Amino acid sequence: MTRKENFLKGFFKENPLFVLLLGCCPALAITTSVENAIGMTIAFTFVVTLSNLFISLINLNEKIREFIRPIRIAVYIVIIATLVTIVEMVMEAYLPELYNSLGVFISLITVNCIVLGRAEAYASKNKPLDSIIDGITMGLGYGLALLIISFIREFLGSGTITIWKELKIDLTGLYKALNIEPISFFKSSAGAFLVLGIVLGILQAIKNRKARKTKEKRVVKE
Amino acid sequence: MTIRDIITILISAILIENVLLSQFLGVCSFLGVSKSRKNAVGMGISVVSVILIATVVTWLIYNYVLKALDLVYLRTIVFILVIASLVQIIEILIKKFVPSLYKSLGIYLPLITTNCAVLGVALKAVNNDLSFGHMLLYAFGSGIGFLLVMYIFSLIREELDKRNVPKAMRGVPIALIVASILAILFSRYVGISPKEKEIKLENKAHVIEVMEEIPSEKYFEDLGGTIR
Repeated sequence: MTRKENFLKGFFKENPLFVLLLGCCPALAITTSVENAIGMTIAFTFVVTLSNLFISLINLNEKIREFIRPIRIAVYIVIIATLVTIVEMVMEAYLPELYNSLGVFISLITVNCIVLGRAEAYASKNKPLDSIIDGITMGLGYGLALLIISFIREFLGSGTITIWKELKIDLTGLYKALNIEPISFFKSSAGAFLVLGIVLGILQAIKNRKARKTKEKRVVKE
Repeated sequence: MTIRDIITILISAILIENVLLSQFLGVCSFLGVSKSRKNAVGMGISVVSVILIATVVTWLIYNYVLKALDLVYLRTIVFILVIASLVQIIEILIKKFVPSLYKSLGIYLPLITTNCAVLGVALKAVNNDLSFGHMLLYAFGSGIGFLLVMYIFSLIREELDKRNVPKAMRGVPIALIVASILAILFSRYVGISPKEKEIKLENKAHVIEVMEEIPSEKYFEDLGGTIR
């Protein structure tokens, strides 16, 4: 795999949320506004990139690698939890509103399956630079998925797109023109499940169609 | 704490603020393990016991060690270490003393360390500064809520497998839509909470009071304005 392929895989081919189905909890809970999704993406990318870097550095040395082998999961968790604590403290100090709206889900990055999964499956077997690229692509790929879901939910639920604090795109005029109200159902927890389910269904339909097309092509060739 | 308080806390933890359907904690294992009834109940029971033990231990550590030493910011690291080691200890104990239980629950225990419901409930209990009794009931109720939804959901999923679902929606997508319908049902429990009921009754009394006064013409004009 070249570096470019490595960088692109997180967005579509191995998207952590849409393809690997990891990290569902924050994807459902914090996607009520685009702002939350952006904040989560930044925090998550920071944690997963640096945890990949440190874990691949630890595994670089044969001796240390053998030494921590039996307790490696505990070591990884401590590294991840330390990074999460740093994010928590920085966010609480500089972005208190975002910290409050993301709530407990910042701390829960620690037990997000994606971070630990990348540490065990990728970073422990690869060089530091590749691991950093893997971390960035996984973080941004997850962010892309969060953005899609939060965009749908915020647009349908309240008719606005909040990008960052005051920076807001107001589309309530569209609803007024059509003489309807925004559907607040999409802001509720049931709406989160529904949106994620439908998005996954659409992606699966696209995948099925692609598979059928390639199959037909093969049949024609033969 | 009166019996009324106890019931309120339990009902709100089990039904109204259900860990899975309204707080989204532990959705990964919810989607992964709920394919059969046996697995769902096994996972649910393990989660109930681990949440209860882990929350009590982390609450004690937080209030009597971390607070005393002024190390509150270390809570995430300390809690996850405590949970991971607790799960290990429970696994060893069950393996030694109740081998039959280990055979049925053993495979779920390692998965629980990374189940966000455990860390989530533990963190919420200390973030909200709950008292010891309140924390105990909250942790127990959250666990029972998890078990309840897991069980209902596994029954529906077993039935879904026999039905003809559109190809694109098979598996996780349809499961999420079922979860959405369940979440709608659970969100209706909000009215059960005694506090909410009192507020509703007060509002009603207020409306009656207002209506007993003879409405002036202006009142109807205003009313018409808002309707228009």
